[in-house]
Amino acid sequence: MNKELNPYVGGALVGVLATLSAYLTTVLTGKTNFFGTSTTFAKISGMIENACVPNFYNEYFSKIGLNIDWQFMFVVGIFVGALITAFLTKSFKIEFVPPVFKEYFGNNFILRAFLAFVGGIFVAFGVRLADGCPSGHGLSGMMQLALSSLLAVIVFFLSGIIFANIIYRRR
Amino acid sequence: MNLILGFIFGVLFGSILTLSRVIRFEKQISALLLKDMTIVKFMFSAVIVGAIGINLLNSFGLIELHLKPMMFGAIVIGGILFGLGWSLTGYCPGTAAASLAEGRIHAIFAILGMLVGSAIFAHSYPILKPLLNFGNLGEITIYQYFGISPFVVISIFALGALFLFIWFEKKKL
Repeated sequence: MNKELNPYVGGALVGVLATLSAYLTTVLTGKTNFFGTSTTFAKISGMIENACVPNFYNEYFSKIGLNIDWQFMFVVGIFVGALITAFLTKSFKIEFVPPVFKEYFGNNFILRAFLAFVGGIFVAFGVRLADGCPSGHGLSGMMQLALSSLLAVIVFFLSGIIFANIIYRRR
Repeated sequence: MNLILGFIFGVLFGSILTLSRVIRFEKQISALLLKDMTIVKFMFSAVIVGAIGINLLNSFGLIELHLKPMMFGAIVIGGILFGLGWSLTGYCPGTAAASLAEGRIHAIFAILGMLVGSAIFAHSYPILKPLLNFGNLGEITIYQYFGISPFVVISIFALGALFLFIWFEKKKL
């Protein structure tokens, strides 16, 4: 079984899920929670540094708080949900170099790892500055019709399209 | 309770992302190369349905909104840097975690980069503060900014998305 969910249906389900989440968290915990992921990456980064450096203090990490909260468990859930789904639908596959990357750069794992790492740095720095990622701004912020999220999504895509077309060229 | 709910919604969200294939490197890069619009179809569908639900709940006072502040300078510069990083890694934070779970080993390097990038941001935060306040309009919605009803904004988005979807299907993107 290798089922693929139609993206319109999958998207609509996420819209329903986000609405349900906003409602249920408000009713059951008194605080509305919206989907987001990137703050958790910053928290994990802060937790690692906190564990390694004695008398560690950082203004930003203190501001976001290095505790395990709703979003932290949400990100853990994403990983677990993806893992279960990958095994149930047999889409789990150990892959070192993704298909489209091979077309442009060949079967080069070191290069893929290097670009993924460098790109990851820019991704995290960028989303911290913009205060949200494609989940926090792109889904939750847009659903709330936030002006900030509309601007963020437009810049995310424009920048991504321009850089991708520079980076992925047939050579 | 709060943590359990977070975990349950995460599992459901992660499952839908994985089933729809939107977490994959090739889907993200193909969208940026304007060859396969799967992630755009997914995202816009989610936004339209979610916006109707969230704004209905909000208009009845059943939930509170958490708007991110409209920091013009920080969003534009942060967004440009994100776009560069996104095109290099082919992942955003959520999809990197899900892709690793699907066995895409290389996603671990994207995640490590994201942890390092977060640390660099946290340590440069004191210097970056002035930028965060540049052009800051505060927490404002699109409909407040234009002085119209949220449902007018949703209708415009839905109509725009519909035409875009028809065009995608016609061009088989």
